Amino acid sequence: MPKVTFPHMGESWRAFKMLLNDLGNEVIVPEKPNKRTLDFGVRYSPEFACLPLKILMGSYMEACLNGAEIIVTSGGSGPCRAGLYGQVHKKILNAVGQDIDVIVFESPRAHPIDFLRNIKKLNPGRLSYLSVYDCVTRSWEKLKYLDRVEKLTHSLRPIELEKGNTSKIYQKVIKWLDDAHSLEEIKRAGKAALEELLLIPRDLGRNVVKIGIVGEIFVLLEPSCNLDVEETLGHLGVEVHRSIFLTDWTRDNSNRTTQETLTALEAAKPYLPTPIGGHGQETVGHTVLYANKGYDGVIQLAPFTCIPEIVAKTVLNGVSKIHNIPVLTFFLDEQTGKAGMVTRLEAFVDLVNRKRTNDNYDLKLGMAT
Amino acid sequence: MKIRLGIPSSLFYYVYYPMWHVFFEELGVEIVLSGQTTKTLLDKGVKEAVADACVPIKVYFGHALSLKQKVDFLFIPRIISVNNQTIYCPKFLGLPDMIRHGLSDMPPIIDVEIDSRKGWFSLLKAYIKIGRRLNKNKLRIIFAYLKSKKAHKYYLSLLKKGLHPSQYIEHLNGGMEPVLPSYDGNKPDFVFAVLGYPYEVHDYYISSGLVSKLKEMGVKVITIENIALKKSSLSGKLEKRMFWTFSDTVLNSAYYLFEENNIDGIIHLTAFGCGPDSMVDTLMEIASRDHPEIPYMSITIDEHTGDAGIATRLEAFYDMVKRKKEAI
Repeated sequence: MPKVTFPHMGESWRAFKMLLNDLGNEVIVPEKPNKRTLDFGVRYSPEFACLPLKILMGSYMEACLNGAEIIVTSGGSGPCRAGLYGQVHKKILNAVGQDIDVIVFESPRAHPIDFLRNIKKLNPGRLSYLSVYDCVTRSWEKLKYLDRVEKLTHSLRPIELEKGNTSKIYQKVIKWLDDAHSLEEIKRAGKAALEELLLIPRDLGRNVVKIGIVGEIFVLLEPSCNLDVEETLGHLGVEVHRSIFLTDWTRDNSNRTTQETLTALEAAKPYLPTPIGGHGQETVGHTVLYANKGYDGVIQLAPFTCIPEIVAKTVLNGVSKIHNIPVLTFFLDEQTGKAGMVTRLEAFVDLVNRKRTNDNYDLKLGMAT
Repeated sequence: MKIRLGIPSSLFYYVYYPMWHVFFEELGVEIVLSGQTTKTLLDKGVKEAVADACVPIKVYFGHALSLKQKVDFLFIPRIISVNNQTIYCPKFLGLPDMIRHGLSDMPPIIDVEIDSRKGWFSLLKAYIKIGRRLNKNKLRIIFAYLKSKKAHKYYLSLLKKGLHPSQYIEHLNGGMEPVLPSYDGNKPDFVFAVLGYPYEVHDYYISSGLVSKLKEMGVKVITIENIALKKSSLSGKLEKRMFWTFSDTVLNSAYYLFEENNIDGIIHLTAFGCGPDSMVDTLMEIASRDHPEIPYMSITIDEHTGDAGIATRLEAFYDMVKRKKEAI
């Protein structure tokens, strides 16, 4: 059985583990990115590479040490660097003496034959295409429930009565999803998980600030990469709305672009008319949408040296002024100290709160006019 | 009164200025250039641009700022692709938007999209749009375009013969006639390739005069513009082609030079914070391990103004190459 690994991205590994297992592979589950991952990543990656490349580099290295032979990852059509990750990782890993193969899944819309060929490589059990389809459906269902459960925690955390309760229950209920296998079980576990979360005692009268989170997909989805920004904000009494979930992204790149993404791209048009790769255009578009929906603020998360997000940040200057919405940008790098970020978040939430109570609040001056 | 059109002298300037020069001259537009990069220019750019941007973008911000009061229009085309296969870096694609939203009170920007993937005659159509923005006659625009295209071809042919872009552009701006490098009689001791993007290698200030320093040492310098790539040496090197036009050229040039093996040293010039280069440099370094006979060095440039560091590294590299040659 080939030993297969894949990138660690939030809780999605639970679905991918099941899928690859069902196809007859031995899965080396990637470790949650930690200090050692980062050390490996920094040692073997180019200095100015973006954070996701370094984290993945570290993850792959760890997986290699655990005996992985094949890495499964996604591709891209550029001009964001992520489209070349697979190839560069392979070159570097081979150069340091790790004999490993990388299977890159490009968008099936653009490369259908390549897509099927890749599936064949990962199907040592020689399952029929029908059974492969069945496996994919099941893990897709799991992925959808994982996203839905996570989304629910975002709105529960700011109003929970006992601080930290949501995170605790969340850790418990996703294990239920992990154990579910058949389609029926997954649905049952998913529903039970959602119900369990809704049982958390809440304070409905609490004054909740709404903040949208935009930015690059990997740092948004991997909490250990963004220093748990969503949890931190939740505990500060903020309801966060994340613009990207893995299921939406997969839909955008496989079947048909979702309505939400289309609206976001439409909203970005006046400010950034061309696709610039990565999630640059979506970042700008979602910020405009959040402003229109009456959100109190937007936080942009981007890896250090991320090209599309740097462009987006410059453009967001204008968007923030025109739509009168506060935007805070974090460029995330190898630093793991959390205090700096927490201080900035607290200050931002304070500012947003003050702006909420006074419509004439001037962001630049820091006082009402 | 003639329309005054500002062209920041950075980024695409080193590739397309000879073409634009002819095009706008034919249209009867007065071209205003921001000139050579200077310390004040760079400082202004560093102050205004996003802190995380790469040095070339900061330089460009400085150039654009210096034209602010002097022109009626700023010419910052959105060049996406010119060869149907590769596109430019995301920062280039969003360049007009970055200038518009990153700087305040800028003159109107002509940001026509130039994308050869948009079908037949898309380049001509783009140039017609540019001309129309300046209120010119369509026929005149087409005529100017054809003439400028010819000029571009001539420029490229000169580059292939060994001329450097900065020499030719100087000539266009009233400098002396460019002379093709000829070394009859006293052949240069060494030939070095300086691989890097035109706006880094040929910008005298930001590269700390790297090319001229090498020339003073008696080294013949070739850059990516001078290399005629052969298709045969490129196949199978990378499973997926680089997305970015300049990076693709640089990496292919490196592979080509390593393969041909008639160069004395390769220097990769890269800018601090350059996204694509983080990958290009690693791949070049891995390739250089297979060719230990050709010394390879990578130099990163940033906002530093002291050039002693670069001079020292160049001298050390030169000495190393020299000693190696003498030992054989």
